[in-house]
Amino acid sequence: MMRRRVEIVCSHAYYSCIKIGIYTTWWKAGMAEESVKLLGYWASPFALRVHWALKLKGVLYEYMEEDLPNKSTLLLRYNPVHKKIPVLVHNDKPLAESLLIIEYIDEVWKQNPLLPDDPYERAKARFWVKFFDEKCASEIMAAFSSKGKEQEKAAIARENLKTLESALQGKPFFGGETIGFLDIAVGWIGIWARIVEEIVDVNLIDAETMPLLIDWSKKFLEVPIIKASIPPWDKLLEHNKGFHKILTVAST
Amino acid sequence: MAKSEAVKVVGAWSSPFAMRPLIALKIKSVEYECLEEEIGCKSKFLLKSNPIHKKIPVLIHGDKLVCESLIIVEYIDEVWSSAPSILPSDPYDRAIAKFWAAFVDDKFYPSMKESNTGVGEEAKKAGLEKMVDGLALLEDAYVKCSKGKPFFGGNQLGYLDIALGCFLGWLRVTEKSLQTKLLDEAKTPGLVNWAESFCAHPAVKDVMPQTDQLIEVSKTVAKLRAASAPPK
Repeated sequence: MMRRRVEIVCSHAYYSCIKIGIYTTWWKAGMAEESVKLLGYWASPFALRVHWALKLKGVLYEYMEEDLPNKSTLLLRYNPVHKKIPVLVHNDKPLAESLLIIEYIDEVWKQNPLLPDDPYERAKARFWVKFFDEKCASEIMAAFSSKGKEQEKAAIARENLKTLESALQGKPFFGGETIGFLDIAVGWIGIWARIVEEIVDVNLIDAETMPLLIDWSKKFLEVPIIKASIPPWDKLLEHNKGFHKILTVAST
Repeated sequence: MAKSEAVKVVGAWSSPFAMRPLIALKIKSVEYECLEEEIGCKSKFLLKSNPIHKKIPVLIHGDKLVCESLIIVEYIDEVWSSAPSILPSDPYDRAIAKFWAAFVDDKFYPSMKESNTGVGEEAKKAGLEKMVDGLALLEDAYVKCSKGKPFFGGNQLGYLDIALGCFLGWLRVTEKSLQTKLLDEAKTPGLVNWAESFCAHPAVKDVMPQTDQLIEVSKTVAKLRAASAPPK
């Protein structure tokens, strides 16, 4: 049986890694007609997580870029509670919150499982993902946005990243031999932490104290499907410099 | 996975978060032992069981330790998978239940805390307003999720019922201390009925504390907080 996977991704400007057009890879014969849309923003690590999950599963989807300062009526309709991206719309059913979206994707599309089968291993993955969002990502954001407390917040972030590193337990990825839920959830840290380090002059991912995390990050970001979705470094840096100015003016 | 391994829950009777795994275990008819923590004093056992967050609840299942109340509830549902389901079977319904449970933890609970312990009247008032807004959203969610049945989970108590219901005791404390009605027949009729069904449920009624007992706890906690505050 002839097998080709067709991925249709449409994007507006800025997201230079996602080209307008059709990529032909593999097609699963007899696939039911499904509509999958992702509302996102090119510079959002949370949207990037969902791109990664969809691509790892080989899911066809339409990407819709949001102009965040002018949120579309579509976004406000699909996510009236938080009014944020990313939002996945599957057969006209919207779902918000990146980690919930990834678990949903994993449950609907069974190929390349992201969460382990064993309930205890699943609980551990969920625990670390929550830890990362609440204790690492939030502290990095705090170091980025609070004028005068950058070093203090960065120190907390470093300590928590060191704790996160222990979840690797000698494996190449958090998911084991292959990428899993925790890798996708945390993976953006290798890019964004470096951006914050450059803009704010703090140390986040420390080579001396977190060698395993650095190794993992390099391996993860080199995986072709992961690498292909990452926005260009220069564009991200420029964008975040502007974002930093806005945030630090707001906090004075 | 040996379901028959001993189950213990490190918790506290007054903690809404610690109530969640107890309700889940009762739904599944799983026997467990409660290891009660004292208010204001974390035992060495807790610090060893949850060294990262140092918080209750912790589920101990054989030699496995599971932390974070909603993660524990999901673990219980997955291990004891044959008994009544706690999470919906449909992936979309499951995601929606988790979305609202996250809303309860990330938005509703902090607003309740602010309304009770916020510094100054303005902060308490702001917390209360956010609670009212949150309850309006949860009322809508209840109507959509329950589809005319008594619980968010339908005919049976489910994940979102547990996530929100555990706060009913403290919600009543808030109503008494701020002298206001939060669950109200006019504004949140669905939730008023739901709250009654929830508290009367066999898996809940033995673990839901009385409002007066919680008021005493809030006074104890306030005293401890005042005692440990830095001198002005």
